Amino acid sequence: MSLITAKNLSKAYAKGELKVEALRDLNFEIEPSSFVSFVGPSGSGKTTLLNLMGCLDKPTSGTLMVDDTDVSELNTRMAAAFRGRKLGFIFQDFNLIPVLTVYENVGYPLLMVQNTPVTERKERVLALLEAVGMADKKDKYPDQISGGQKQRVAVARALVTNPKLVLADEPTANLDHKTAYMVIDIMKKMKNELGTTFIFSTHDQKIVGEAEIIYSLEDGELTSVKGVEKPC
Amino acid sequence: MLSILKIAVRNLMRYKRRTLLTTSLVAIGVVFVLVFISVSGSFKDMMIGQITDSFLGHVQIHKKGYVASIDSLPLTMNLEPKALAKIEKEIGQTPGIEAYSKRIKFGGMFSNFVETTNVRLNGVYPEDEINTVPLFLSRIREGEKNIKLGEILIPELLAKGMKVKVGDTVVVIATNRDGSVNGKQFQVGGILESVSGPGGRDGYLHIDDAAEILRMDTLEISEIAIRLKDFDGLHRVFGGLTDKLGNELNKQGKPVFEVHTWEKLSPFYNIARMIDVMTFFIKLMLIAIVLVSIMNVMVMAVYERIREIGTIAAIGTLPGKIVAMFLIEGLSLGLLGAAVGDILGVAIIYILNAAKLTFDFGRQKGLVLSPSISLQDIFMISIIVIIISVLASLQPAYKASRMNPIDALRHV
Repeated sequence: MSLITAKNLSKAYAKGELKVEALRDLNFEIEPSSFVSFVGPSGSGKTTLLNLMGCLDKPTSGTLMVDDTDVSELNTRMAAAFRGRKLGFIFQDFNLIPVLTVYENVGYPLLMVQNTPVTERKERVLALLEAVGMADKKDKYPDQISGGQKQRVAVARALVTNPKLVLADEPTANLDHKTAYMVIDIMKKMKNELGTTFIFSTHDQKIVGEAEIIYSLEDGELTSVKGVEKPC
Repeated sequence: MLSILKIAVRNLMRYKRRTLLTTSLVAIGVVFVLVFISVSGSFKDMMIGQITDSFLGHVQIHKKGYVASIDSLPLTMNLEPKALAKIEKEIGQTPGIEAYSKRIKFGGMFSNFVETTNVRLNGVYPEDEINTVPLFLSRIREGEKNIKLGEILIPELLAKGMKVKVGDTVVVIATNRDGSVNGKQFQVGGILESVSGPGGRDGYLHIDDAAEILRMDTLEISEIAIRLKDFDGLHRVFGGLTDKLGNELNKQGKPVFEVHTWEKLSPFYNIARMIDVMTFFIKLMLIAIVLVSIMNVMVMAVYERIREIGTIAAIGTLPGKIVAMFLIEGLSLGLLGAAVGDILGVAIIYILNAAKLTFDFGRQKGLVLSPSISLQDIFMISIIVIIISVLASLQPAYKASRMNPIDALRHV
């Protein structure tokens, strides 16, 4: 059974008097525990699609089912609760909370979104920090660590609630190549260990090659789908 | 909640200078209000105490219409024995009354055998008078602290003007209610310090001497001054006495008695009211200071953290928690400002007390300013600051919670 099903998914914006069709009639399915990449040039609709799958925006038409929930039907509060329960996010600019330590940043979703008991929270946060190789930096603040380290922390934060799906919008755009591969490796490792589905957008061709399935977007339309046989 | 508080405090510490400036502004406002309340309140309480405990008493009872014509001290409006007995009975049955003093008030001529002038006099029972206005004795600047038969206590201005001193012989001449004139020789028993307000420059003598000058066959009383056990019970006792005596009607169906609190008898009450009004406006200024400064900071805080708000909203933080984060940040600012202001305010009040500053009021010189502030006032001011801080944070917090995560994440 698919984790994500998009049927005739469209999204249009009004830009002044101009109507911009960001996504047009997309149809695709993504299975659980996949490592998926959406590629395409700037303005192709990658971020818009990720926003729809992340319940941050609503489609203009069509349906989008995420884990058996029609996300277009969710109101603001329900969408927030759904994101907190089922989704994880990794941002291009890392978006760590500057006043929280590495440990607190990773624990934030458990504490402020899921109200997880302290013992369980501690266990999960430390386990993930260990997994992403940041356990020794747990007491540092975001401004005391490098960009690659920040993104590893962001990966841990996205995974700490055991989400079914992690969405990453250009997660390596602000990293050098070596660090970018390191972050992608961590994501793949976590996908293999936890069975989490990762969907990321990128226009870095080398990084794209790391995905199992690659969807190409151009002018809001899916132009190709490439399944990759090699194991992650 | 603790974690939200922790985040709020860390965010405040993140912008140390701004937090320090805002806290200072709030604290200065609190200090200003506390010092003003303590100084003005102490001045007010001291003056009320001086007026009521020196000569006025807390409540006075007269024959109906006496107060309106008090300038002429009409003997025809004195309380006769039957009326007096009625009043004394009601006073005895009214709880909360500590003491009362019967007075014969009259005007007369005062002569030192060389010069003659007008004088206003009170004939009193010394013990009752001292029990009713306990500061009376402290007003006697020269002479024995008592009122003896055959002696008169005269106000200092009269003594100075007539060049008389303690031990001198003087004559008091008065017209009784029938119009006949009588005089009596007295020895000056003491010089009285003047106090502000009506009756503050009257002379005193024993009530038996007053009755003798006025050739009273039976004792007629001009006024009864009452002291309460608890000043805060003023309006309760006043209400009780008014209910009992105000309904007493004469044969013509008109009221026989009138009861007044010191508030109706002393013009200082209007000054006290003005002080209260000023205190109210000072509090309004504090509210404005807190409202503007905290709202300004919180609006800035939201604007500067738009991407952070987008991030926490995207990862599932519910709008209510985002509101709580900013409200607690504003609350923390208010709490900090109030706490610092309270500490500084109390310290300044302590210093003012230690400095023993003096001031003059009317004829009274060298009154020592002794400002004090009640815990209740400190608590009230702190609560006002804290509530206003939260209210000032409400709009920015609500705005943050309603932000579209996509727009917030895109914000540069």
